[in-house]
Amino acid sequence: MALIISALLIMTPVILALIGSTHTTFEANLYPPKITPGSAGITNYIRAWDFGLGRMMLNTIFVAAVVSVGKIVLSLLAALAFVYFDFRFKSLIFVFILITMMFPTPVRIVALYDLVESLKMGDSYLALTAPYLASATGIFLFRQHFRSIPSSLADAARVDGAGPLRFLAYILIPMSMSAIGALAMIQFIYMWNQYLWPLIIISSEEKQLIQLGLRMLMQDLAGEQEWGLAMAGVVISLLPPLFIFILLQGQFRKGYALAEEK
Amino acid sequence: MAAKFPQKAMAYFLLAPTILICLLFLYYPTGRTVSLTFYKVAFFGLKKIYVGSDNFKELFTSADYLQSVLVSFIFTGASIVLSMTISLVLAILLNQKVRGIGIYVIAIIWPYTLSFAVAGTIWSYLFNPAVGMINYLLESLFRIKPDWISIGPLALIMIIVTTTWKSLGYNVIFFLAALQHIPRELLEAANVDGANDLQRFWKIILPLLTPTIFFLLVMNSIHCFFTSYGMISIMTEGGPAGATNIMVYKLVHDGFNMFKTGYASAQSLILFVIVVAFTLIQFRVAGRRVHYGGA
Repeated sequence: MALIISALLIMTPVILALIGSTHTTFEANLYPPKITPGSAGITNYIRAWDFGLGRMMLNTIFVAAVVSVGKIVLSLLAALAFVYFDFRFKSLIFVFILITMMFPTPVRIVALYDLVESLKMGDSYLALTAPYLASATGIFLFRQHFRSIPSSLADAARVDGAGPLRFLAYILIPMSMSAIGALAMIQFIYMWNQYLWPLIIISSEEKQLIQLGLRMLMQDLAGEQEWGLAMAGVVISLLPPLFIFILLQGQFRKGYALAEEK
Repeated sequence: MAAKFPQKAMAYFLLAPTILICLLFLYYPTGRTVSLTFYKVAFFGLKKIYVGSDNFKELFTSADYLQSVLVSFIFTGASIVLSMTISLVLAILLNQKVRGIGIYVIAIIWPYTLSFAVAGTIWSYLFNPAVGMINYLLESLFRIKPDWISIGPLALIMIIVTTTWKSLGYNVIFFLAALQHIPRELLEAANVDGANDLQRFWKIILPLLTPTIFFLLVMNSIHCFFTSYGMISIMTEGGPAGATNIMVYKLVHDGFNMFKTGYASAQSLILFVIVVAFTLIQFRVAGRRVHYGGA
């Protein structure tokens, strides 16, 4: 029925890419295009890996993990402050953080590059991670979640003499695992897909991130039509996010819808 | 609402890291961008000259820039209309309580997790004029073999198709969630009253979807304007002759390839105005129907 056809149509580009990744250069340039698996087997994958994608994949896993963890921690702390404390300038600070959602990368990239270079942070993992650590989305998500937790728990914690951090660690966090999972997944995929900032700030190949590896492959291709190699690069680049997505796709739909709809 | 912890000073410590990052990497560069628009950089960055609003004057009289604005809006508009229409249909199809429907949901949604760069690479392969699948199909069916890379409007179509495909998943997620929130009684009452499927759709479902549609219009626009750089970088590099030179791409080119810092900053500022406009619209409309997820 219509559903099967739609799903197949949507998957077709990726299926073709997968098949194409097994083509030798000759097979990749056949016309009519060859739609059966080719004879290069996993050769293209090995070539792509050695070409630099392997290293880039490891770099990206590292950077994505650091940012995900960092962002979650900072967002949890901030949400804790907003939900369980009253303090001067609370609304002001909240708006202050909220407004940062209007500063996407292209709006600040020239000045950001300047800043990072003058801080001597250029071409470093620090530059790739630090700017991403604050997250209005994460703070929203956790704030909303904390507000749905019964206040009797916080009162009980104080009666027991527990401070805010212990409350966070022993009560809030265990009760927020699904929100944490959802945010972790969104952030990992978001970092995995980063292109512009790594392009601008990283100049040494061994620190570069995975998406730029595709650019490298495609640029090298300009004369060679090495589509098999490019498709192998594509498959390598899309596997980790796909894996994480399938693992946590239930969380994703709940958490993302919550987060984006503010 | 939970009673608060008394150690007020601690709140500031909890917020300090976030505030610091926001100040350093978000507010400061944005502010600096504004001031950079007033300067022209000479001798590859060694000398800065104050030029007032010259950068803006240059922009507004630049054919390249005006082309890039036009291209951005056409690209965004077309992608959004196509993507949201198809996504709505898909969401309706997926909104069935059938066993195993989850598999279809995953299959249809997951291309959204791909980056623009990956999507761009895949579709470059499919759109390759010489050996790509699309031209093979077109030639077999219609005897035409368009040159997607060297003809302006075709390159634009190429990126529109790529973006539409990539963003289906995102729109389906939200449409599906919205559809599932529609109370059954409403639809059943309509059936009892003798409404057919089309009437149910136009008079009940669509109006109830309006907030979602609005939300998606804004979010898709932001995605097209601000996150599609990778696709352009891989597929067309802004060409041919600026036909796919969206604002973000031109901005980065001017700033980092041509070292025209002030000029690029002016473009950044204009993009900033655009994102503020989008966000404010979103808040105004959403503010009237804030609902905290849930049932």
